[in-house]
Amino acid sequence: MGIDIQHVIELRPDILKAFGETMYMIGISLTVAIVIGLPLGIVLFITDRGLFLENRIIKGILGFIVNMVRSIPFIILLVALIPLTKLLVDSTIGPAAASVSLSVAATPFFARIVETSLREIDKGVIEAAVAVGATPWMIIKDVLLPESKSSIVQGVTMTIISLVAYSAMAGVVGGGGIGDLAIRFGYYRYDNTIMVVTVVILIVLVQIIQQLGDWTSKALDKR
Amino acid sequence: MIRINDLSKEYKTKNGLVMGVDRVNLTISEGEVFGIVGYSGAGKSSLLRCINLLERPTSGQIEVNGLDLTKLKGEELRKARLKIGMIFQHFHLISQKTVAENIAFALRAASTPREKMTSRVVELLEMVGLTDKKDVFPAQLSGGQKQRVGIARALANNPSLLLCDEATSALDPNTTLSILRLLKKINRELNITIVLITHEMNVVKEICDRMAVMQDGRVVEEGSVYEIFSNPKAELTKEFISSVLSFEVPQTILDKVTGSIVKVMFKGDVAGEGVISDMVQHFEVRGNFLHGSIEYIQEVPLGLFLMEIQGHPDNIKRAITYMEGRGAQVEVIQNGH
Ligand SMILES: Nc1ncnc2c1ncn2[C@@H]1O[C@H](COP(=O)(O)OP(=O)(O)OP(=O)(O)O)[C@@H](O)[C@H]1O
Ligand SMILES: [Mg+2]
Repeated sequence: MGIDIQHVIELRPDILKAFGETMYMIGISLTVAIVIGLPLGIVLFITDRGLFLENRIIKGILGFIVNMVRSIPFIILLVALIPLTKLLVDSTIGPAAASVSLSVAATPFFARIVETSLREIDKGVIEAAVAVGATPWMIIKDVLLPESKSSIVQGVTMTIISLVAYSAMAGVVGGGGIGDLAIRFGYYRYDNTIMVVTVVILIVLVQIIQQLGDWTSKALDKR
Repeated sequence: MIRINDLSKEYKTKNGLVMGVDRVNLTISEGEVFGIVGYSGAGKSSLLRCINLLERPTSGQIEVNGLDLTKLKGEELRKARLKIGMIFQHFHLISQKTVAENIAFALRAASTPREKMTSRVVELLEMVGLTDKKDVFPAQLSGGQKQRVGIARALANNPSLLLCDEATSALDPNTTLSILRLLKKINRELNITIVLITHEMNVVKEICDRMAVMQDGRVVEEGSVYEIFSNPKAELTKEFISSVLSFEVPQTILDKVTGSIVKVMFKGDVAGEGVISDMVQHFEVRGNFLHGSIEYIQEVPLGLFLMEIQGHPDNIKRAITYMEGRGAQVEVIQNGH
C-alpha cells in the first residue's frame, strides 16, 4: 500500500484548507499566549522572593492559577471551555472555537517559559540595576527583556511546536487543521496516503519552525 | 558622611539563623577611602549591601549624608540610591546593551534629559578611558574594561558615595592596579567617598585611608591604614598584615645566627638606615640585616627590618634603647647566645 499521488492531488484542496486552519489556530493562540503570557511570566518572576517587586500573595495566586490550568489535560480543557467558547466566538465548533481552548492552554505554558527564561538572567545584573536606582519598569524593559529575549524566542518556538501538536486534537470540536485531517482520514478511514502526507507536512513544519526559532534566537544574542 | 549604627543582618537558612553582620558600628567621613577586609564569609558583602539597602538590615541604622536609609522604601529609596554608586566583582553589565547604553541606563534612572545624555556618556567614557569602546557590547571587553564601564555607570548620576564589592578580585595584578588608580583619582578629583571590601591587603595598602577588619560578622579592628599596618592589634589583623609585610627567614639561616635577633620598625620620616648605621658606630655592636623592606602606605614610608646584632649584651641593650630613642620600635625576637 504505497502513496497514491493521484489521491493526494485529488485531496489537495482539503490539505490546503487544513493547513490554513492550522496556521489560523496557531496564529491566534500564539498571539494570545504572548500578549497575556509574557506579562504574566514577568509578574511571576518579579514577585518572587528576593526580587524587586516581591509579593507573596500575587505570586501565590497567579502561580496557583497557572498550575491549575496546566494540569488539566487538553482534551478536557477543550470540552470544559465550551461555554466560554460559545460566549466569545458565538460557536462551539470550527477553528475559531478551537483557538479559544488553545489560547487558554498556551498562555500559562508560555508564562512559565518566560518565567524560566527570566530566572536564567544573572541576578547580579538585576541587582546592579536596582542599585543604580532604576525604576521597576526600566528594569523590566531594559534589563529583563533584553537579557532574556534570545531565550524567550526559544520559548516561543517551543510554544508554537506544542500548539501544532495540540491543534491536532482540535478535531474533537471540529477545529480542523492538518492534525485533524490526519486523524479523520488516516485513523478513522485507514487512508494511508493522507496519513503519510499530513505527517510529513507536520514534520517539515516543526523542523522549519525550530530552525527559524534557533536562527532568530542566535541572531538576537549579543553575548 | 556615613554612620553605621548597631547594624545587624540575620539570614534565615535551613540550618537556622546566620548572623551575616553582627552589631557593627562604623563612621566613615566624607571624601575618605575606607577599606573593609576579612576572610570569606566574614560578612563584608552583607555589610556593604546593607549600606545601599540591597540587603535590608535586621536592625540598626544606615545614615548617609544625614538621611537614615533604613526608614526609606520604594520611590524614596530609589531616589536615594541614585546618589550611591556601586561596582561589583563580576561587573554585572547588561550583556545585550552597548557600553554607551549601559551608562545611559543609569542616566535615565535619574530622568536625565535626552539632550544632555549623549554628552554625559562621552564625558564619563573619557573619565574612565574608554572613549573608543562606546558602541561595543560587554562581551567584547576585557575584565578591566568591563570594570571601567561599571565605574562609569556608577558615577553617572554624580554620587557622593561609591561602594565597591571586591571590584578588583577578578582582575590580574596590573589591571587591579590601574583600576585602583582610577578609583583613587575619582576619590580625589570628584571628592567621592569610597567604601571598598576586599580580601587583599595590597588593595587596602594601595588606596585606603582607613580600614576595618571583619570576622564572623563583627568588626574586630578599625583605624587608619598606617596605624593598623604598623601596629596591628587583633590576631586576625596581624595575619592579614603578614600577608603583605612578611618576614620569613629560612630556619637554616636563623640557626647560624649567634647574636640577638631584633625586629626594628621605623614609622614615617625617620630615616631607618641612618639610625641603624649610627647605632653600629656608637655602640661597639655589629648589625647584619636578615630581612628588610620599606613599604609606602599612603605615601608615608613604613620601614621594617629584621636584623642580627652582635656584641656584648650590655652594648646590645644600649643600642636598642638608642634606636628607640630615635623613634624606632624594636622587638627582640631572640637573645644572643
Ligand atoms: N542570602 C543569604 N542567605 C543566607 N546566608 C547568607 C546570605 N548572604 C550571606 N550569607 C551568610 O552570611 C555570612 C556573610 O556572608 P558575606 O557574603 O557577607 O561574606 P563575605 O565576607 O562577603 O565573603 P566573601 O569574601 O566570600 O564574599 C556567611 O556566613 C554567609 O553564608
Ligand atoms: Mg563577598
